[in-house]
Amino acid sequence: MALRSSFGTKWKRSFAGWRLIGGPFLFGFLLLLAPLFLMIALSLWTQDYLDLDRTPTLNNYRDIFSHPVYVMLIKRSVSISLFVTMVTVLLAFPMAYYISFYGGKYKAIWLFLITIPFWTSYLLRIFLWKIILGYNGVVNSSLLSLNLIEEPLSFILYNANAVVIALAHAWAPFAILPIFVSLERIDRSMLEAAKDLGDSAIRSFFRVTLPLAMPGIISAALIVFIPTIGDYVTPKLVGGKDGLMIANMIQVQFSKANNAPLGAALAITSLMTVLLISLGFLFFNRRYLRKQTQ
Amino acid sequence: MKKPSVFLFTFVVIYLVFLYAPIMLLPLFAFNDSSIIAFPLSGFTMDWFIGLMSENTLHRALKNSLIIAVTAAVISTCFGILTARAMARHDFIGKRPSFGLIMAPLFLPEIIIGVALLIVLIQLGVSLNIWTVILGHILICTPFSVSILYSAFNNMDRSIEEASLDLGETRFGTFRRVIFPLVKPGVIASILICFTISLDEFVIAFFLTGVEPTLPVYIWAQLRFPSKLPSIMALGFILLLISLILLAVFEYYRRKSEKLIGKS
Repeated sequence: MALRSSFGTKWKRSFAGWRLIGGPFLFGFLLLLAPLFLMIALSLWTQDYLDLDRTPTLNNYRDIFSHPVYVMLIKRSVSISLFVTMVTVLLAFPMAYYISFYGGKYKAIWLFLITIPFWTSYLLRIFLWKIILGYNGVVNSSLLSLNLIEEPLSFILYNANAVVIALAHAWAPFAILPIFVSLERIDRSMLEAAKDLGDSAIRSFFRVTLPLAMPGIISAALIVFIPTIGDYVTPKLVGGKDGLMIANMIQVQFSKANNAPLGAALAITSLMTVLLISLGFLFFNRRYLRKQTQ
Repeated sequence: MKKPSVFLFTFVVIYLVFLYAPIMLLPLFAFNDSSIIAFPLSGFTMDWFIGLMSENTLHRALKNSLIIAVTAAVISTCFGILTARAMARHDFIGKRPSFGLIMAPLFLPEIIIGVALLIVLIQLGVSLNIWTVILGHILICTPFSVSILYSAFNNMDRSIEEASLDLGETRFGTFRRVIFPLVKPGVIASILICFTISLDEFVIAFFLTGVEPTLPVYIWAQLRFPSKLPSIMALGFILLLISLILLAVFEYYRRKSEKLIGKS
């Protein structure tokens, strides 16, 4: 490096890059990074009706951890998101596997087919699950008419189950695509080698395909997990009272409860929780990510 | 090509039914002659579509959403071009962190972005209106634009631009007459995707819009009234058709982009 370019030319070359990226960077700095820092600051302030007290204190965080309702909401959001992530990835994997290994020349069409349902309004997609899972909904009326049940099932709407179903649906393509990409990268001759060397189909799947697909599975899991923990619409529409999540509480603090500092503290706490879990997950799976030398 | 096992094939079929279940209901209830959204269906009607034409709040919301989506799509695509070009062609100090910051909205829950922006705007005393929504939407659309455009800029043959510069074209001229035509399909694809994302985005708009609702904010308000639901189904059906048309156009330009870059 030092041999090829002197310090001066490095700065000169940097200028050329910065001339391009400067605008978007400044925008991101002013409208994302600075606001996030302000959010941290706000979470350390306190609000009394309309007055904002700017003396830094950890009272908001103390409030969160001493009120069971906040802790419960965060725990519930985490467990719902983890469950959604698991369900979504487990369902997405066979689909991605099918497209990658049996899609033939129709792979692009298959991918197109999978993304089409997701171009409907997000709100309406979640809302339509209410119609499917509701008391007089599609599931109940068809099960009733088939005489499979005596009365409508009530455990499928207005609780955490409904949130999981709706979210596992909403995030499906975000899980299918990265897994598909990682499956596509697998050198098919490796699978043939495993077969030639006497591995059964199942053994070669677990010893070759799955480990090589892990980077895709890991990114699919993160892509689903991180946003779902902050989902506002789904719990509100299909979650009922027992399916509400932390985002609903954050919104309440910024509107009805008029306690923005507490809302900010809740947002920071959930962001930190997501970050810690994601980092832990990455650390736990680091051997799969290191092996990949593409 | 070997055949998949019966097991896998059955799973794929059931999974597709699961994926398509919600949107299959849209046309059913949009044309259903009953004000209650439930089975059995009672008859065919176009009333819900006709009713939409006299909804003034809807028209205002649609106009707001279109202004927001077009502005956000154009600006985030410009940001996308700048970022993708810088990432593909330049080495500079702070390359990774600045790229990380620009792509970060992709990995943050939307509510965090909405709340963070709301806090700043309130502290600055800015009143909420469609421009504040546009700012939020540019933030979340730019990463998508960058990911679409990066491959276009990265796969482009460097020697073409060098040839243009060697033959006496200015840097700007080279961009306008050589680089831009090659990435143009990617740019159009990016504008379409950003437009669709912005048009459908709810949470950020919900936090940052003032008295002027966007289309999703309008739909959200209507979902509370059972009597409004059939017309919302009709509206949803129209929106689905529009998105599918946009998606088809997007796909056309994306393929064209791949071909152009491939040839060069």
